[in-house]
Amino acid sequence: MKEVSIVLCGEAGQGIATVEQLVTGMLKLSGYHVYSTSEFMSRIRGGTNSTLIRISDEKSKSAFIDRIDILFPLSSKALKHLEHRISPETIIIGEEGNIAEEYCPNRANIIKVDFTKIANEIGGKIYTNIVSVGIFLALFGVEENISKSYLTKRFSSKGDTILQNNIKACQRGSEIGNQMLEDGKLKIDLQKDDSVKNYLTLNGSQAIAMGSIAAGLNFISSYPMSPSTGVLVFLSQKAEDFGIIIDQAEDEIAAVNKGIGAWYAGARAMITTSGGGFALMTEGLSLSGILETPMVFHIAQRPGPGTGLPTRTGQEDLQFVLNGGHGEFARAIFAPGNAEEAFFLTQHAFNLADKYQVPVFILSDQFLVDSHYSLPDLDLTNIKNTKYIEKTDENYKRYLLTENGISPRGIPGYGSGLVNVDSDEHDEEGHITEDVHDLRPKMVDKRLYKKLKLLKEDFVKPELIGPTDYSILLIGWGSTYSAVKEALELSTRKDVAFLHFKQVYPLSEDTIDYLKKAKKVVVVENNATAQFGKVITLEYNIKPDQFLKYNGMPFSVEEVKEFIEKI
Amino acid sequence: MDTSIYDMPHETDVAWCPGCGNFSILKIVKQALTELDIKPEKLVMASGIGQAAKTPHYLKTNVFNGLHGRAVAAAMAVKAANPELTVIVESGDGCSFGEGGNHFIHNILRNPNITHLAHDNMVYGLTKGQASPTSQFGFITPVQVQGVTNEPFNPLALAIALDAAFVARVSIADQEKSFEVIKQAISFKGYSFVDILQPCVSFNKINTWKWFRENVYYLEESYDPKNRTEAFKRATEKGKLPLGVFYKNEKPTFEDYLPVYKTNKDPLFKREANLPQLQKLIDSMRQ
Repeated sequence: MKEVSIVLCGEAGQGIATVEQLVTGMLKLSGYHVYSTSEFMSRIRGGTNSTLIRISDEKSKSAFIDRIDILFPLSSKALKHLEHRISPETIIIGEEGNIAEEYCPNRANIIKVDFTKIANEIGGKIYTNIVSVGIFLALFGVEENISKSYLTKRFSSKGDTILQNNIKACQRGSEIGNQMLEDGKLKIDLQKDDSVKNYLTLNGSQAIAMGSIAAGLNFISSYPMSPSTGVLVFLSQKAEDFGIIIDQAEDEIAAVNKGIGAWYAGARAMITTSGGGFALMTEGLSLSGILETPMVFHIAQRPGPGTGLPTRTGQEDLQFVLNGGHGEFARAIFAPGNAEEAFFLTQHAFNLADKYQVPVFILSDQFLVDSHYSLPDLDLTNIKNTKYIEKTDENYKRYLLTENGISPRGIPGYGSGLVNVDSDEHDEEGHITEDVHDLRPKMVDKRLYKKLKLLKEDFVKPELIGPTDYSILLIGWGSTYSAVKEALELSTRKDVAFLHFKQVYPLSEDTIDYLKKAKKVVVVENNATAQFGKVITLEYNIKPDQFLKYNGMPFSVEEVKEFIEKI
Repeated sequence: MDTSIYDMPHETDVAWCPGCGNFSILKIVKQALTELDIKPEKLVMASGIGQAAKTPHYLKTNVFNGLHGRAVAAAMAVKAANPELTVIVESGDGCSFGEGGNHFIHNILRNPNITHLAHDNMVYGLTKGQASPTSQFGFITPVQVQGVTNEPFNPLALAIALDAAFVARVSIADQEKSFEVIKQAISFKGYSFVDILQPCVSFNKINTWKWFRENVYYLEESYDPKNRTEAFKRATEKGKLPLGVFYKNEKPTFEDYLPVYKTNKDPLFKREANLPQLQKLIDSMRQ
């Protein structure tokens, strides 16, 4: 096995996330590439959730897969929940009551372990999960010193008894795991790679939050909404270290107006929300368009309409973000494909917003923000921030008409000039005007065409994966990146390539060359209407074929591979 | 008093109706700013939409004329991003209490150090005469054809109920006394709210200049603005409307609590990304 896929499945509140965290942490420190992602219900207790952990000895296995090599059912409903993903090869490790045999196609692969009894012998049911952690560690040959020091770090604050019980539970689990290996019930043959030990692990939310820190974010106002809240929480934890003003707004309308007010006064601000929250912000978005105040929006998509599926994933809001806000003005939209892109694109978003005085979006989704990635580094050596703020003098005009459309941006209190921004159509000084013959068209050109031209010049190019002499081109954007990439690598087709867009609007003209080369262009999207396909049609006058998924789950590598083989 | 540093050029086209109370409010705000020696470049006037919300355009200073109802939200952020600025919100009753009601409530609770001057003429002027949240019961308009059936919004009682920092009401029919209260409000540390009663000469034929002279009285000199129970009682009185400072409750402001200014007083625009600290954070995630 080059790679092992393990799934934990149980109720909310059973501690699956704790197991995930412990296992991925210790496996990484042992030299394995790890990636994990969760699908969960919108509730705090009960229900059925599952977490996929992929352990490999080579890089970039950060996509969702259907295949389950080893499954730990933690509740009686777990196997039914995963019925369609269990195969005869799946090894199921669990206790009697959690193994509904009608969902086990191969009874030889059932390994019963009396987790509760063992846990009770140690000190209580609470140690059940740590016994399964121990099994993991044995299967992957994690050294005892790594597990002991990791558990100590994690549990020492809870007192010695609890710590010792956890260590004991982990040892009992290891014994069971070693017995499984000895009995030949399963065999894992992965190479450890020492360089991985120094990798960092982070989820998509953290990557976006850290990207904003790298850009000098110092103000965030938001109203909590799944799945976007992780960014707000992480920044709140780090606020004191990095000098960030945190404001939990009374509503999303307030949040966006505060963000714009903060930028006006010279801060670097962001909001984080999801589609429904953004719906409340669209008037504010339009305000930033006419005020020409920079603004950064992080929108973590989830399926709608309405409340939709709050904890699930989708790419349904591209057209909304693209068209949201009344009136006409320029904007830019980025869609990161993984943690690394999330970090660098977020940092870039602030500088772009500042440079052209436009709203800029980071469009992520639940799958991206809640996935845990491990990567070698986030290299800060080339991080550059430029503040496009000018000291004003008495003659300062906020909306001075210039050749390229960008007026020098002053802020109140810096210089002797006055900075007037106005939601009404305005003159160069920022005062209300109804001069429809001269000023109005000039201001529209400035805010829309001139800025769009500049944004296109700064276009972040898409990444081409696969052969350059392709005849079929798959097009994706955002978090579909990993699944399509991995599927393509596994496929036998030599005529298919994949073009991953990280900037989805505006597109540069020369990108059409990639599309022209292909006999067939297919968009792969997590929505029902091929929303990026529509952007392609609009910009390039090409109507691509579609491969769409819109049930709230991310694409699995297997289904994309199957699709590629059949094209 | 020479208030000319706040004057816009003579040719500025003012969009208010002749006889509007806004002219007097603009005049005394300029006087208060002059007497408090606040420099135009260190002041931000924020407003929303409506006739009152145009006030910042007629006063030479930094202007944030944003969305209907959202001025308080934007103003609070301006102050947080740069506490060295004086920040004043000036907007109407619709903007402050209708569209902006939630921001009004939460900024009373948040207590940023800004001043909120609400022009309260009990009617919607710019949309031509519909009821406002403060319109009196029975007030007939083209929309409320049988007269208003809502209870009028009582901003003072609400603010006092939420333990606001500074709550006052003035009537622009008395410029001298209004000037004193507005001056106090601007120099007060915390969220200082002033409800400014004013007539709308075009659309409110009930609450006229004369009405505002005859239906008000001043809180007595012996009145104690620190007594919240009494303040609430006065704010909810039926009949003649009391004027003056109802309630004062100085307490730490939103900015006082911000860790970003604990050791470093620089406004945010002077700060840079802390990349060495970020490198440490990245390295801590290798464990």
